[in-house]
Amino acid sequence: MIRAQVIVRPRKSIFDPQGDAVCRAIQHLGVTAVTQAHVGKCIELVLEGNDVEKARGQLDAICQDLLSNPVIEDYVLTLQPADAK
Amino acid sequence: MRWAVIQFPGSNCDQDAFHVLKNVLGQEVAYVWHKETSLNGADAVIVPGGFSYGDYLRCGAIARFSPIMPAVKEAAAQGRTVLGICNGFQILCEAGLLPGVLVRNASLHFRCEMITVRVEQTGSRFTSEYRIGQVLRLPIAHGEGHYVADEATLDELFAHKQVLFTYCTADGQVTAEGNPNGSQRNIAGIANRAGNVLGLMPHPERASEKILGSDDGLGLFKSILASD
Repeated sequence: MIRAQVIVRPRKSIFDPQGDAVCRAIQHLGVTAVTQAHVGKCIELVLEGNDVEKARGQLDAICQDLLSNPVIEDYVLTLQPADAK
Repeated sequence: MRWAVIQFPGSNCDQDAFHVLKNVLGQEVAYVWHKETSLNGADAVIVPGGFSYGDYLRCGAIARFSPIMPAVKEAAAQGRTVLGICNGFQILCEAGLLPGVLVRNASLHFRCEMITVRVEQTGSRFTSEYRIGQVLRLPIAHGEGHYVADEATLDELFAHKQVLFTYCTADGQVTAEGNPNGSQRNIAGIANRAGNVLGLMPHPERASEKILGSDDGLGLFKSILASD
């Protein structure tokens, strides 16, 4: 079994209104040291099998086609073998 | 003209579009369920507004993989008319039929109101019944209508006369004040380079009868009919 995690984040060059609102809310709560916030998504996947490299290739394609939109988002894919439990 | 209106799970403007085409304009129109794979020879396709697949992941991101989408892409490639309204615009962008993407409104608010757009081009099959600079009153209803593309793409869109509608003030000024969602360069609707695919966030199908407060949207459908 393999566990994969995909972190999708708005590209730095794209205005992120959600991150901006979160940043301002944090500052409003008194933590003024926070100057930036970026809101993304974390997608966790569980795969059958144990061929991590094969899974990486398949999931890379899925990340580009479905899980992220390359026009506005970047992603980081990490995979690791896991116990079936 | 024969029209197809696609229905995804979560579409909610499909019946409005169907109504305008059938009852206001007397067109032959049929619904096509997203699991079908053929448009049954329709001359024009409407990808309607709504919240396909609950807008999960990103608006339009899952709908673009629906079984009907290869037929929509084929129709676009053949030069047939493809019109994406609101969520339909988002789907066409995700499907790569139009450049760019729609993201969360800059204000973070869902905007549901009557707005004004300026007609930027009239050489298109979608706008021939309007005049350049004409101000249209159309409703919007979206949380993710903020059009984003890189600067080079934006320049190309304007250079090739693909920007058909821009958000404006009531007196036709294309300014930040007239922009309800933060769209880059006030873009409200764009066509593809070939000119047969249009996506726009405002709802012409909800403004095609006087009783609805505006019939400014009817010209868009009439333009398509005139191009036939």
